[in-house]
Amino acid sequence: MKRIYLDYAATTPTHPEVVAAMQPYFSEKFGNPSSLHAFGQEARSAVEQAREQVAKLINARPEEIVFTSSGTEANNFVLHGISFANKDKGNHIITSQIEHHAILEPCHFLEKQGFNATYLPVDKYGLVNPKDVEKALTDKTILVSIMHANNEIGTIQPIEEISEIIREKTYFHTDAVQTVGSIPVDVNKLGVDLLSLSGHKLYGPKGVGALYIKKGTRMESFIKGGGQERNRRASTENVPGIVGLGKAAELARKELNSRQKHLTELRDKLIKGVKNKIPEVVLNGHPELRLPKNVNLSVKYVEGESMLLNLDLEGVAASTGSACSSGSTEPSHVLKAIGLAPDLAQGSIRFSLGRLTTEDDINYVLDVFVKIVDKLRKMSPIYKGGA
Amino acid sequence: MPEGYSEKVMDHFRNPHNVGEMKDPDGIGHVGNPVCGDIMEMYIKVKDNVITDAKFKTFGCGAAIATSSMMTDLVKGKTLEEALKVSNRAVVEALEGLPPRKLHCSVLAEDALKGAINDYLLKTTGKGLPDWKPHEESEGH
Repeated sequence: MKRIYLDYAATTPTHPEVVAAMQPYFSEKFGNPSSLHAFGQEARSAVEQAREQVAKLINARPEEIVFTSSGTEANNFVLHGISFANKDKGNHIITSQIEHHAILEPCHFLEKQGFNATYLPVDKYGLVNPKDVEKALTDKTILVSIMHANNEIGTIQPIEEISEIIREKTYFHTDAVQTVGSIPVDVNKLGVDLLSLSGHKLYGPKGVGALYIKKGTRMESFIKGGGQERNRRASTENVPGIVGLGKAAELARKELNSRQKHLTELRDKLIKGVKNKIPEVVLNGHPELRLPKNVNLSVKYVEGESMLLNLDLEGVAASTGSACSSGSTEPSHVLKAIGLAPDLAQGSIRFSLGRLTTEDDINYVLDVFVKIVDKLRKMSPIYKGGA
Repeated sequence: MPEGYSEKVMDHFRNPHNVGEMKDPDGIGHVGNPVCGDIMEMYIKVKDNVITDAKFKTFGCGAAIATSSMMTDLVKGKTLEEALKVSNRAVVEALEGLPPRKLHCSVLAEDALKGAINDYLLKTTGKGLPDWKPHEESEGH
């Protein structure tokens, strides 16, 4: 059976050139970068080359990049590191209601440790209003963390406008896990002090991420031990992973424009196709301020998981924001935050496209999706049209 | 298997049995609501106290669809008394299990059937099931 992967926002296949770049660093060039001998030094230079590659992709300085084990760790590092190093200045954190759990959960933890968090609402497109950030700022605010683009609905936040407001008042972090490698990301233009990214979201390997920390940022280390990563993050470096992330960053920089163009075209073709072929479908997220890879739709009268399973039976991998769990069907916190009606939130489906997605794939998906929705609507007690 | 569903669940999900509306049903059970979750409608035909036909419509996840399908299969040909003894656990067993967090879906199928029988009894005898009321769909909603 044909298999079509449209879940690139969950993870991406590692680029073959990335795998090739990593290969020597397992058995051949296996040294510990902290060792002074030749084995160590060849690993050290590979790590430093990767740091330059990552820095270049986001227009940072190499010494401002700290490698982590994931985007989640980078986010935890920020919340933990900024909060505990700046306790003397204040105890207030501002974030949004639609952040990834890797931000929200550390915030909940910090609230139990005596910190206060403000979770800003978003509009129906999932946008944070910069004025809300301004209103929420107090002299106790030590960190603002707003994601660059949302993983579920693809909405791209006005980070530059928010940074204008924050400038110099407090530290500003953005979780850019979904944007790095998808759209241009420039830490100086964005005006952020901290930025998280993840290897496996940009055709690099799993188990590696990075945090941009602007020079001069006062931050406590998160993982304590040896003096690696300029005392920012202890632990022997994941050399193959870091090399892979570096290569993935280099490829992303070279291919960024073509990837963006390719994905935007296919995204719009899929959205248009579904809207033309299926009545009563809503696009979740912003129509323009949107990741090129993201299509998030709510199909009326149909439940998300049943669409997902049917798509899977046809070889198409997608994702849903409605998770039927114990007790009741709870839509995701993101769909709730944009105020989507409960029945629409339950009928959500996300297709996320990637560099290997073809026009044929989109045609195939359109074809099977129409049939699946038709089948499910026919068995839906709340669908009164047709049949 | 997606979501940890058994092959039997996926069989019933892929090709649900007895799906669709019924013409002139003798009893209709309607449970659930769109705010809290899944919605299920079950229709039965009754002759000489025996369920001669059962059909359903479901808005819900894979487990909700599979349990509706299995429930209609299990009660066809049974007397009303026998059908009332078909518990949600029996449906789950016939489906070779459900992931724990999906078990509540089977309660909905049981409720829909009881609702349909209750409706039939109300219409024919003026008295519904003595102790029947649907389970709370979800507390706090």
